[in-house]
Amino acid sequence: MSTMAVPDVAVAAVDEGFWTRNRKVGLVLLLLGLLSAVLFGALATDQQARFTLSEDAAGTALEINGTFGAILFGVIALAAGAALLTVVPKRWFLLVLGVGLVAFVLSFLCWQVSAAPAGQNFMPLVNIIRGTFILALPLIFGALAGVLCERSGVVNVAIEGQLLMGAFSGALFGSISGNVWVGLVAAAVGGAFISLLLAVFSIRYLVDQTVMGIVLNLLAVGVTGFLYERLMQTNAERYNSAPRFSNWEIPLLKDIPVLGPALFRSNIFLYLGLLLVLVIHIGLFRTRWGLRTRSVGEHPTAADTLGVRVLRLRYRNVLLAGVVAGIGGASYTLALYSFTKNMIGGKGFIALAALIFGRWNPTGALLAALFFGFADQLATYLGAINSVIPSQFLAMLPYLATILAVAGLVGRVRAPAADGKPYVKG
Amino acid sequence: MEPGEIHALLGENGAGKSTLMNVLYGLYQPDEGEILVDGEPLKLRGPSDAISAGIGMVHQHFMLVPVFTVTENIMLGAEQIRGGISGFLDRRRARREVVEVSERYGLRVDPDAVIEDLPVGIQQRVEIVKALTRDVDLLILDEPTAVLTPQETEELLTVMRSLKAAGKSIVFITHKLGEVKAIADRITVIRRGKTVGTASPEASRDELAALMVGRNVRLTVEKATAKPGKPVLEIAGLVVDDDRQIRAVDGIDLTVHAGEVLGVAGVQGNGQTELIEAIMGLRPTLAGSVTLDGESIDGWTTKRVLRAGVGYVPEDRSVDGLVKEFSVAENLVLDIYDRPPFAGGLALKPEAIATSAKQRIEQFDVRTSSADMPVGTLSGGNQQKVIVARELSRPLKLFIAAQPTRGVDVGSIEFIHSQVIHERDIGTAVLVVSSELDEVLGLADRVAVMYRGRIIGIVSPDTPREEIGLLMAGITPEAAAEQAGGDATSTEPPGNEDEA
Repeated sequence: MSTMAVPDVAVAAVDEGFWTRNRKVGLVLLLLGLLSAVLFGALATDQQARFTLSEDAAGTALEINGTFGAILFGVIALAAGAALLTVVPKRWFLLVLGVGLVAFVLSFLCWQVSAAPAGQNFMPLVNIIRGTFILALPLIFGALAGVLCERSGVVNVAIEGQLLMGAFSGALFGSISGNVWVGLVAAAVGGAFISLLLAVFSIRYLVDQTVMGIVLNLLAVGVTGFLYERLMQTNAERYNSAPRFSNWEIPLLKDIPVLGPALFRSNIFLYLGLLLVLVIHIGLFRTRWGLRTRSVGEHPTAADTLGVRVLRLRYRNVLLAGVVAGIGGASYTLALYSFTKNMIGGKGFIALAALIFGRWNPTGALLAALFFGFADQLATYLGAINSVIPSQFLAMLPYLATILAVAGLVGRVRAPAADGKPYVKG
Repeated sequence: MEPGEIHALLGENGAGKSTLMNVLYGLYQPDEGEILVDGEPLKLRGPSDAISAGIGMVHQHFMLVPVFTVTENIMLGAEQIRGGISGFLDRRRARREVVEVSERYGLRVDPDAVIEDLPVGIQQRVEIVKALTRDVDLLILDEPTAVLTPQETEELLTVMRSLKAAGKSIVFITHKLGEVKAIADRITVIRRGKTVGTASPEASRDELAALMVGRNVRLTVEKATAKPGKPVLEIAGLVVDDDRQIRAVDGIDLTVHAGEVLGVAGVQGNGQTELIEAIMGLRPTLAGSVTLDGESIDGWTTKRVLRAGVGYVPEDRSVDGLVKEFSVAENLVLDIYDRPPFAGGLALKPEAIATSAKQRIEQFDVRTSSADMPVGTLSGGNQQKVIVARELSRPLKLFIAAQPTRGVDVGSIEFIHSQVIHERDIGTAVLVVSSELDEVLGLADRVAVMYRGRIIGIVSPDTPREEIGLLMAGITPEAAAEQAGGDATSTEPPGNEDEA
């Protein structure tokens, strides 16, 4: 985490005068709070907005009067914004910003839930949280693949292709063998295959890494699409009916209210994803491999003069990234759906955004992925309750958030210094 | 090399000193020949072989990861690992080792500081500690004083002496004669990839210089007294930020007159680059004004500044000065390619460009087989001459030359210097920025010393080097007098003060 502190310092040195970044963000939050208190408050109805702690309308629920809730949370957001504008010390910035944004979302939800058609004035939290994680899962794997690659200095635009190839080979070999584990290994190999091409062309032949990534994505779409039509469509029984991982309940954890049923009665991919975040975080910042990886991503010449084998480490990390992304692809075909053409549908690129949003940090990437997943899930939910807000607009939200994030909401974003630069001796 | 010896490797830029040492450090592979250590031939496949053979190197461009801490940088490649199979870093043990080694040799560094926050002098110290923790017997220092102030250089020499006392051998690569004479036990001079002689430190500066360049050279620039005219460039209260939005130029007032050379001296990175870029319209100014011949040029585009009669030799010729893939002829008209006689209507006029190129190649002694050669294939000195030829072929009011002879052979240096002086003598105002103090002192009629974005003093080039050195370190004569006074009362016997 020590590397995280540096950009903050740099940003602090930049902004002098009254309109610091914190104050600008505070002003935006203040306006959002004002908007939600007035507009959402006015549009909300006097129905109770119920947030149930289960999967449906039944059971215990947190209830609040719609109008009152919308105004209350709006005022909280407004107060957080005002606080950022005036008194809040720098180290509390993220906390206060978080409180403000959550209050804004809650105000919005109070309006939406209370204004839903009669009988639907409830939001099942278990479903929402579960859906958030399911939608975020490919993003988590994809962003981790990005972290592994880019921390060692190779830009990974090929996440989309790696996910797709993983999903495809997982489905294919899972179906042929009838064994989920074989499918999982095949998915990892499939992702690694795309990675291998990326590694060879960008490390050995110094091809521009971004261009190479895009080409590989197109290649993956083409190859899987072709084989899908030739094999899977003609004989789905044989080639596209992979067995699926069943849900595993985790003792003790499954009994936690809300989180238990939402997260800990899930399939292996969710557990694996969360575990990988932890492992890669510790690996990057606590181990020899991590120190060397980061040094190669920042200043490969320095690493080379100290006997670190730059190219070998890059090959290894890029391949590892392919394995991770391949497994991420399998989280579709070995748990949820049959393979369909181009089924990743751009999630690889959102994973790339999550990587940047999360500042090339595993935990940051996790949080960013969850944010995108939540926005996605919210869009689905609002569609289901016939919200006045067009679902297309909500589906757009994650991308809008990414633009804001990359534009500086999370502070100066600084990529590894040697990211995308091939290393040539001498 | 013998144990406990400081061996200076002397040679001008591009003579092959660094290449030789990179081979010795295993970074490059030799085409022929072998390296003997204690009589045994040594085969180096990479730097790790060199390290295990007891060879350490401090590179000219530091090999430190800017976002890592001192300890992380030092442990990299030779990590302390906690017992067992884990591969987990043992930061505490590594930190202890850093502290221990730095104390043993009197090289104080903060093990937890982040490299990019440290001044270059300290970064260099980290590099030395890094080599020492690897138990080297032979330490190679590649141009270690290039980025240091005279005071930091003095400290470095002290460190080198204490390392020598501890039995370490040192190879000291440099092209600065004074330092060699001050510290070396033995001197090897290299020219064009060959050893041309060895000398003892008692040899005179002129002898060494002659060995270095192969013939007797003038160490000074010959020039008549300047006849300054009216002010041409006037800068008042200029404030400029660098790329990281950190203040680089912090309120500068400066005037350059027609017919004089104003030299800007200073350790690199004290705002010289940003100052020049601001004048040229390459970098936005935050406050202050720049006037050229009485006319404000604030907010002008670079093209307009150039057209107004400003010649500009940028400090990094390969990035800003030339288009390497373009031919010599094309590079010679980069500034006025769109004007007659080189262009008419929408088309370029290749004949006019070729004729003019031919003339200027001759006039400026550019050594190239043809005007159609890509400029990137020329030697550094000839590339620089192409730039100078281009910029001096327009009628100028102001000529700005940043690091005009960096990485240039001695013959070209002489030629370029004489061109600069010639330009002065025909009445152009000249602004020269160089991190080579000798160059500034040789060319300038007045010397402005820059320190942390400010002009800390304007002195005559006849000022003693020591005084200018102090200015480069941010110490004004008043402050120095105060300090010397303080020292005198405590340590020095009275009477020594008069000499200072």
